[in-house]
Amino acid sequence: MTDAIQAFARCRPGGQPPYLHPDYGSTVKRAPKREPIRLEHTLTEVTGPVFAGGWAGADAADLTQGRDGPPLGERIIVTGRVLDEDGRPVPGTLVELWQCNAAGRYRHPVDQHDAPLDPNFDGVGQVVTDEHGEYRFVTIKPGAYPWRNSYNSWRPAHIHFGIFGPAFATRLITQMYFPGDPLLAFDAIYLGTADPAARERLIADYDPNLSEAEWALGYRFDIVLRGREATPMENA
Amino acid sequence: MADKLVATPSQTVGPFFHIGLDRPGWADLTTGNPQGERIVVAGRVTDGDGAPVPDACLEFWQANAAGRYAHPDDTRTDKPLDPNFRGFGRVSTTADGNFQVNTIRPGPVSGRGNALQAPHIAVALFARGLLKQLYTRIYFAGDPLNETDPALLAIADPARRQTLIAHRLDGPEPATWRLDIVMQGENETVFFDI
Repeated sequence: MTDAIQAFARCRPGGQPPYLHPDYGSTVKRAPKREPIRLEHTLTEVTGPVFAGGWAGADAADLTQGRDGPPLGERIIVTGRVLDEDGRPVPGTLVELWQCNAAGRYRHPVDQHDAPLDPNFDGVGQVVTDEHGEYRFVTIKPGAYPWRNSYNSWRPAHIHFGIFGPAFATRLITQMYFPGDPLLAFDAIYLGTADPAARERLIADYDPNLSEAEWALGYRFDIVLRGREATPMENA
Repeated sequence: MADKLVATPSQTVGPFFHIGLDRPGWADLTTGNPQGERIVVAGRVTDGDGAPVPDACLEFWQANAAGRYAHPDDTRTDKPLDPNFRGFGRVSTTADGNFQVNTIRPGPVSGRGNALQAPHIAVALFARGLLKQLYTRIYFAGDPLNETDPALLAIADPARRQTLIAHRLDGPEPATWRLDIVMQGENETVFFDI
């Protein structure tokens, strides 16, 4: 019996951020000094958790619901597809999301930014992609907030996204940004990825066709995971 | 190749990931009563100053006691699936940089070609200051398959292989296996580019 292991493609130069990126100060003591050792993929890397059966919890796609009233801020719809580099949809995968509120404050004890918490906003959601790889959240637009990377540095508005994909090798945690945000040009985290085309992947598109009249603005954010290598390797 | 889409870059989880990633119960890779030997895997994450990392998140992926992954691409039907073993877990480090998960000792897994991989747990490490996750593996001291494991042998310096070998602590059942993760510096953990 012969099993074919179909490995995942390696990233293109500049397509992912490095570990050491001194402009982002926290990398300096946390980036390994030695190059990670390249490992050819085995069953361990090409498999990963499967989210059938609902063990990861119920979908929570509307972050504006569930409290006494609506949260403050600009109501938005964020929707898109999870795809691989070959354009194939990734169905049935868990998408997790977290963000700060409209004032730029997270509901987290470490966040001491002098901005108000919103009693009607937790900033946490999750959905499993449908058979077309699509997901959809309703939330509010997060605010910008200061951080101590350098004097007077501010994070652009962003939403954290975690996606698993089909394998441990495809696991991705990223951030979605908003088009036209002037803070992107100064953000050490965003600029940590060298290839501008890859960085642009992090910016959602405003799509008037997704906006709902008198109710919410619509943004499209497609997430592209690693695709497979072209040739399966024989694993006798 | 020319038509490939550009992949989405990774971005750091930042310091506030707990609100989105902490899940009660996910520090246990089992459900119900799994096959195999129950174990605890514990350790501490430290940075380049040797300081504990209190804001890291670790994810774990492993085969069941028979060496089979709970995934459709593991088609080795001669090894049984275990409905009480999910094989996936996640836990955040404590203020002291410590982590601990409950699982079972995995079985050996087929490697590439005719190779056999020693029992191991794959680990993904996320943290503030990591723009993308670090991948490593946990092996079990004393397992004879460690001598021929392809991933361990890919590490040229035998001394560095030891950074992936968990050791069993003295104490009652279930056995606790300890492995610390050193992100940078002396005794830096071996990380893999997968």
